[in-house]
Amino acid sequence: MNIYVLMKKTFDTEEKIQISDGKIETDGAEFIINPYDEYAIEEAIKVRDEHGGEVTVVTIGDEESESQLRTALAMGADKAVLINTEDDVEEGDQVTTTKILEAYFEDKEVDLILAGNVAIDEASGQVGPRLAAKLDIPYVTTITSLEIDGDTVKIDKDVEGDVEKVETSLPLLVTCQQGLNEPRYPSLPGIMKAKKKPLEELEIDDLDLDEDDVEASTETVEVFLPPEKEAGKVLEGETDEQVKELVSLLKTEAKVL
Amino acid sequence: MNFELTKEQEMTRKMVRDFAVDKIKPRAIDIDTKADFPEDLFKEMGELGLLGIPFPEEEGGSGGDTVTYALAVEEIGRVCGSTGLSYAAAVSLGSSPIYMFGTDEQRKKFLKPLAEGEALGSFGLTEPNAGSDAGGTKTTANLEGDEYVINGEKCFITNASYAKQIIVTAVTGKDSRGKNIISAIIVPTDSPGLKISDNYDKMGVRGSNTAEIVLEDVRVPKENLLGDPDAGFKQFLRTLDGGRISIAALGVGIAQASLDRALAYAKERKQFGKPISSFQAIQFKLADMAMEVELARNMVMKAAWLKDNGKPFTKEAAYAKLFATETATRSANQAIQILGGYGYMREYEVERFLRDAKLLEIGEGTSEIQRMVIARQLGC
Ligand SMILES: Cc1cc2nc3c(=O)[nH]c(=O)nc-3n(C[C@H](O)[C@H](O)[C@H](O)COP(=O)(O)OP(=O)(O)OC[C@H]3O[C@@H](n4cnc5c(N)ncnc54)[C@H](O)[C@@H]3O)c2cc1C
Ligand SMILES: Cc1cc2nc3c(=O)[nH]c(=O)nc-3n(C[C@H](O)[C@H](O)[C@H](O)COP(=O)(O)OP(=O)(O)OC[C@H]3O[C@@H](n4cnc5c(N)ncnc54)[C@H](O)[C@@H]3O)c2cc1C
Repeated sequence: MNIYVLMKKTFDTEEKIQISDGKIETDGAEFIINPYDEYAIEEAIKVRDEHGGEVTVVTIGDEESESQLRTALAMGADKAVLINTEDDVEEGDQVTTTKILEAYFEDKEVDLILAGNVAIDEASGQVGPRLAAKLDIPYVTTITSLEIDGDTVKIDKDVEGDVEKVETSLPLLVTCQQGLNEPRYPSLPGIMKAKKKPLEELEIDDLDLDEDDVEASTETVEVFLPPEKEAGKVLEGETDEQVKELVSLLKTEAKVL
Repeated sequence: MNFELTKEQEMTRKMVRDFAVDKIKPRAIDIDTKADFPEDLFKEMGELGLLGIPFPEEEGGSGGDTVTYALAVEEIGRVCGSTGLSYAAAVSLGSSPIYMFGTDEQRKKFLKPLAEGEALGSFGLTEPNAGSDAGGTKTTANLEGDEYVINGEKCFITNASYAKQIIVTAVTGKDSRGKNIISAIIVPTDSPGLKISDNYDKMGVRGSNTAEIVLEDVRVPKENLLGDPDAGFKQFLRTLDGGRISIAALGVGIAQASLDRALAYAKERKQFGKPISSFQAIQFKLADMAMEVELARNMVMKAAWLKDNGKPFTKEAAYAKLFATETATRSANQAIQILGGYGYMREYEVERFLRDAKLLEIGEGTSEIQRMVIARQLGC
């Protein structure tokens, strides 16, 4: 089975986000595999171990993305592909990403593509479905269980806490939700083996694309941090006075009424 | 000069950190209060290849190096001193001597299961009357036919109650000048005549297993003799040189954890209308802690690097152990101070850091012994 995983590197969730010149400061920040993509990698490895085949992890990123790819290889993926857009894409969006992936998958025999439900940085959840549409294969988002039997695929899909049972067929794209599995730690032998596994590096040029082909469809107008949380206010006095004060504050200060 | 870690070292550190934070940290208070050796964690650590880091793949190891191993010890020590000590002792004292001095046969039989994480090993050097002065070993091993017959007592032996085998040092004869010859012998823990009991009520590292051992006519095949029969003393000095790097790394872990806690707390805690981190008295403590942690880590990394590159590292390992473990004690003590009354409470964990750190100034050569080692290296 030809299994592919779409992976993105994201900020470590413990990092403090800083903005300078209207951009998120990435110097010195720690990056991790997008947590939802970890579910995708884990599931891909499990599917391969059960049904045979090969797991290829694909990422669009820069030189530094090699770390996350090596981690995926250390977890047990077989091959990694880095599409390095550092020099070619200044401001991309989900359309850019999909365009590049579409070109990458053009000549690939695909049985199963797994992606994260969302990337925790921009949280659009669009890349998976967009790519499936372009490749003209079915897709199911936010899956929490995956069972493959021949060409038939049985899936549990999380719908806001409820479960929808879906039956579909290969080839297929799924996006992975928390609860699907517990991603393994890359073991020491895995880390050592990852050194010797193939990691292919491509640029958009290699995919017959140029900068104009992958232009973003959206424009980022402003990047800002949520307002600092201010200290709370404790109201005093009789209950009915407090209620009155609260209502007036909601009108005059918070302006929500 | 290059201070950068390799991708593999970096990846291992991150993996161990994730594992430590997810699996060990939530249990650290329990492990300490119940003095409960976390055997299941060692099984998981074994499966991840952590118990075989510095040994080659052919020996059942993971093919890493001392630097990687030190990083792993630091990350575990950062969440739990007990687990960290047992981990460091299992690798540096239980396994390393067999790797360094064992025959092919011995490595296959005794090292492989340890490196693969299927079993733990111990190192029994200390005796009731021979601590710092290991030359004063009283335990004897007499060759009778094809077997050594061992008699004696060992104390304070880490992991012994859970070990598959113990490397025991014993007097096997006298040299031409009439001085005792000390050898190391691998003793399986299921040998008749071997009694292991763990009744110590310890100040710190309470979840690390520490045991007393009595050997009464314990018979082991003479093939279990480890390395050069006449150089047992030199061998364990070399074993301890390596072990010191790991105890130092453990010290860095505890010191870092103390700094992490104290810094986070100081930024949150308000007194006199301001975060206490805005008071210079607290800032200077934090600055000293941060500096010492970094210096200690650099020394550990240097000693590990020297070892990995086949260069002499006795002096540097002693520097690292002495400085990092005393740093751990100082940092933990300051962390308690910065947390005030809360720091004195178990829930905040820094009081445990201090109790755990104190052991590091004693085990694998006290601070005084480190200073003696350094002085000897200086030619005194
Ligand atoms: C939790 C724990 C785990 C341990 N694990 C192991 C283990 O796995 N294997 C093992 O073999 N041992 C182990 N030990 C033993 C440990 O290595 C010894 O406790 C240590 O070497 C000190 O020996 P001692 O306790 O007999 O103290 P002593 O040697 O009696 O020392 C007492 C004091 O005298 C000082 N001193 C001694 N000689 C001199 C000198 N010449 N000059 C100046 N000062 C001196 C010491 O520094 C110390 O301050 C462990 C101990 C503990 C507490
Ligand atoms: C076992 C125990 C028994 C106790 N018994 C009693 C009791 O019977 N009655 C009672 O009332 N209290 C009691 N206490 C409370 C004790 O007096 C307080 O813990 C102590 O005063 C410190 O206050 P804190 O813990 O809130 O720390 P904090 O005041 O928050 O101090 C935290 C750290 O900041 C430092 N700091 C604070 N302000 C400054 C500043 N301006 N400049 C520089 N450094 C500063 C402190 O020195 C400390 O290092 C007890 C505490 C314990 C642990």
